[in-house]
Amino acid sequence: MGMPTHLTSAEIEEFGREMDAIRNEVMDSRGAADRAYILKIIRWQRSLALGGRIVMFLSLLLLPASTLPYAGWPQFIAVLALGAAMLGIAKIMENMEIGHNVMHAQWDWMRDPNIQSNTWEWDNVCPSDQWKHSHNVVHHTWTNVFGKDPDIGYGVLRVTPAQKWKPKYLIQPITNFFLNIWFQWGVAVHDVEPDKLLSGEKSIGSVKHLLRGIAKKAARQLLKDYALWPALGAALSVPFSIALGLAIGPTALTAFLWIAGGNGIANLMRNVWSNVIIFCGHFPSGVQHFTKQEVEGETRARWYVRQLLGSCNIGGGKLFHILSGNLSHQIEHHLFPDMPSNRYPEVAPRVRAMAARYRLPYNTGSLTRQFGTTTWTIWRLAFPGGGGSSSTATA
Amino acid sequence: MQPTPQAAKPSLLSRFTAITDAFAYPLRTSHYLELVNPLWTTHALQAKVVSVWDETADARTITLKPGRNWRSHRPGQHLRVGVPIGGMHYTRTYSISSAPERDDECFTITVKAINGGRMSHHLVRNIKPGDYLPIGVPQGDFYLPDANPVEPLFISAGSGITPIMSMLRSLVAQERLPNVTHIHYAPHAYDVIFGQELQALAAKHPRYQLHLVYTREPGETTSQKRHFSAATLDSVCPDWRTRDTYACGPQGLLDAVENHWRDAGVSRQLHTERFRAQVAAAPRQVTAGTVSFLNSGVTAASDGVINLLRLAEDQGLNPPHGCRMGICHGCDVKLKSGCVRDLRTNALLNEVGAIVQICVCAAAGDAELEV
Repeated sequence: MGMPTHLTSAEIEEFGREMDAIRNEVMDSRGAADRAYILKIIRWQRSLALGGRIVMFLSLLLLPASTLPYAGWPQFIAVLALGAAMLGIAKIMENMEIGHNVMHAQWDWMRDPNIQSNTWEWDNVCPSDQWKHSHNVVHHTWTNVFGKDPDIGYGVLRVTPAQKWKPKYLIQPITNFFLNIWFQWGVAVHDVEPDKLLSGEKSIGSVKHLLRGIAKKAARQLLKDYALWPALGAALSVPFSIALGLAIGPTALTAFLWIAGGNGIANLMRNVWSNVIIFCGHFPSGVQHFTKQEVEGETRARWYVRQLLGSCNIGGGKLFHILSGNLSHQIEHHLFPDMPSNRYPEVAPRVRAMAARYRLPYNTGSLTRQFGTTTWTIWRLAFPGGGGSSSTATA
Repeated sequence: MQPTPQAAKPSLLSRFTAITDAFAYPLRTSHYLELVNPLWTTHALQAKVVSVWDETADARTITLKPGRNWRSHRPGQHLRVGVPIGGMHYTRTYSISSAPERDDECFTITVKAINGGRMSHHLVRNIKPGDYLPIGVPQGDFYLPDANPVEPLFISAGSGITPIMSMLRSLVAQERLPNVTHIHYAPHAYDVIFGQELQALAAKHPRYQLHLVYTREPGETTSQKRHFSAATLDSVCPDWRTRDTYACGPQGLLDAVENHWRDAGVSRQLHTERFRAQVAAAPRQVTAGTVSFLNSGVTAASDGVINLLRLAEDQGLNPPHGCRMGICHGCDVKLKSGCVRDLRTNALLNEVGAIVQICVCAAAGDAELEV
C-alpha cells in the first residue's frame, strides 16, 4: 500500500489540505463572470455551427458549373473549406469546452435548467449517459490504476511498459491511426468495453442496452450530418439550377455530395483534435501508473497525489486552451474535475508551485513534446520491452 | 381569458419544428432562434424587461414582455420568475399586478424589497430595461370566478395588494366593477403600493369602498398593533359574512383572517393566497434531524454527520452513485425541502430544488430528498 513517492503520510495529508484550500477558495468565488463566460462560449459555438453550415451552402454558388462570375474551383474549395472549418471548430468547442465540462457538472452550481450535467446531450455519437459513466465515474475515480482505469490504452493500446506485451499490440501504430480519425466512435463504444467482449469477460447480452443507446444516438447524428443538411443543400440548389438553366438532378446530387463531404471534414477535424488533446492528458512520457495495491484504502489526499502524478498538461495560448476544452490543464482538471474550466488557468501556477514545494513532478510541455512522446511511446511499445526508454519507473 | 386547452392535433408550426429539430439535434431549433431573439424560444420561456417604475421607496413595478409560449393569466394568478444573481439561478413566485386586458402583450409584477431578501432586492434595485428573465406560465387558483362574486371583500397588506390590483384593474377594464369593499394595511401612507391609483379609483367609483389602515405613526419604525381586528372588520364591512373574501398578505394577517372566518363558520367564502417559504432555516452547528427519501417513502434519523448516501443504504435503499467522494456527480439528487451540509466545505444548501451530492452531504436538521 502507499503512493510511490518520497512523501511521508503526514506530508501527503498536508498536501491534500492545501489542495482542498485551493479548491474551496476558487469554488467560493464562482459568480456572474463565470456565468457570462460559459454563456458567451455557448453563443459563439452555436453561431459558428450555424454560420459554418450557411457558408458551405453559399460556397455551392461558386461551383464552376454555376457559370456565375467569380465561380471557379479554387474559390469554391476555399469557401467550402472555410465553412467546414467553422463547423469543425464549433464541434470541437461543443464537445470539449462545453459538452465535456458541462457533463462534469462544472456548471451545475448555476442551477440554470438549460445547462445541467444530468440533461446535457452532446454533438457526438457517444450517448452522454454512457460517457458520464465511463469517464466521470470510472476514469476520474481510478485514474491510471491498472485493471481499474479503462482509459489506460483504451483496451487496445499498450501505453506503458508495465502492460504485458502481446502480439496483438504489433499493429498498434495502425490501430492508433484509425482511433485518431474515428475517435468519436472509439469514445462511443468505450463504455461497452469491446476488448472485454472479445476476450469473453463480458457477454453481448450484458451490453445490449448500451449498444441500443449508441445505435439510436449514432443514427440521429449520421442522419443530421450526412442526410438532412446535404439534402437541404440539394433542395436549395434547385431554384438556382432552374434560374441558371442547369440540369437539376446532377446539380442537386453534386450539392448533396459536397455538403456531406464538408460535414465529414468537420467531424474529422473534431476527431483528430480531440484525440490529440486527450492522448496528451495521460500518455506522454514521465506519467505514472499505479497498482490496485497502491491505491487500497486511499485517502482524498492520496487521490490528489495520484491525479497529479497521472496527468499531463500542454502549454499554449488562451485560444488554444479554449479549443482544448482547457484539457491542456489536464492536471488541474483531474484534481478539481467539477471546477469551472475557465478557472484552470488561474489555478495552474498555484498547483505547479505546490508540486515544486513538495518535490513532486508536474508534467507539462509543448504540444509537440507531449504528442511526440505519446506517439513515440505507442510505436515503441508495439514491440516487447520498452521499459528502459520510458520513465514510468517510480521515483 | 380562460387559457385555451392544448389542441388535440399538433399545430402546423410544431410539425415543422419537429423536422427542423432533426437538423439541430442534439439541440433544438429553439436554441438557434434564441441567438436572434430570446423571446422566440420554446425550450425555455423568457421575458424581456420593457420598463421599470418605482411605486414606493422600496417597491418597483417591472413591465415584462413574455416570449412566444406565454398564455394570458387570470387576474390574481402568479408566476415563477428566475434571476441569476452572482451567476446562480434563483426562482421566486410573484403575483401579476396588471390586468389581462392590457393590449400591449405585456404584464407587470410588483416587487417589494424585503429585508434580507436577496432576490427581491435584486429585482427592485438591479434589473434594468433590456434584461431577460426566465419565467413560468401563470398558475394558481386565487382568481375571481367568471360569474362575478356578488360583493367581494378584499383584504390585503403590503405587497399582498398585487393580485388584488390585477383583479380591480380587470373589473374596471371590463366595466363591471361590482360593490367592492377593500381593506388594505400598510405601515404609512407613503408605503401604499398603487396608493394614488386606489384613491383615484375610490373617488371615481362610489361602489368601490377603500379603507386604508396605517399600522405605524409617521417616523415610527415599529408596528402599532393596528393589524387585522374583528372590531375594524365589523365597523368597515358589517356584512362580511355574506361576501366572497379574497385575502393576500403576510403570514400573520392570513392566519388571523383564516381563524376569524373559521370561527364564524364561513371558511368556504374565504380565498387566500400564501407563498410557501422557499428557504429553510440553516442551522449553524451539526444538527440531527429526520431525512425523508421521497421516492421510496423511507425516513431515517440522521446524526448530522453521516453522509446521505450511507444513510439511504443503511435503510436498504440503493440510490445511483459512483465515486463516493464527490467527484463524479453520479449521485446528484434534488432537495425538496429542508437543509443539508456539504461535508467538504461545511456549506449549507437550503434552497428548494438545490442539487445535492448525497455522498458528501449530511442532513442539517430535517430534509426531504428525491431518492
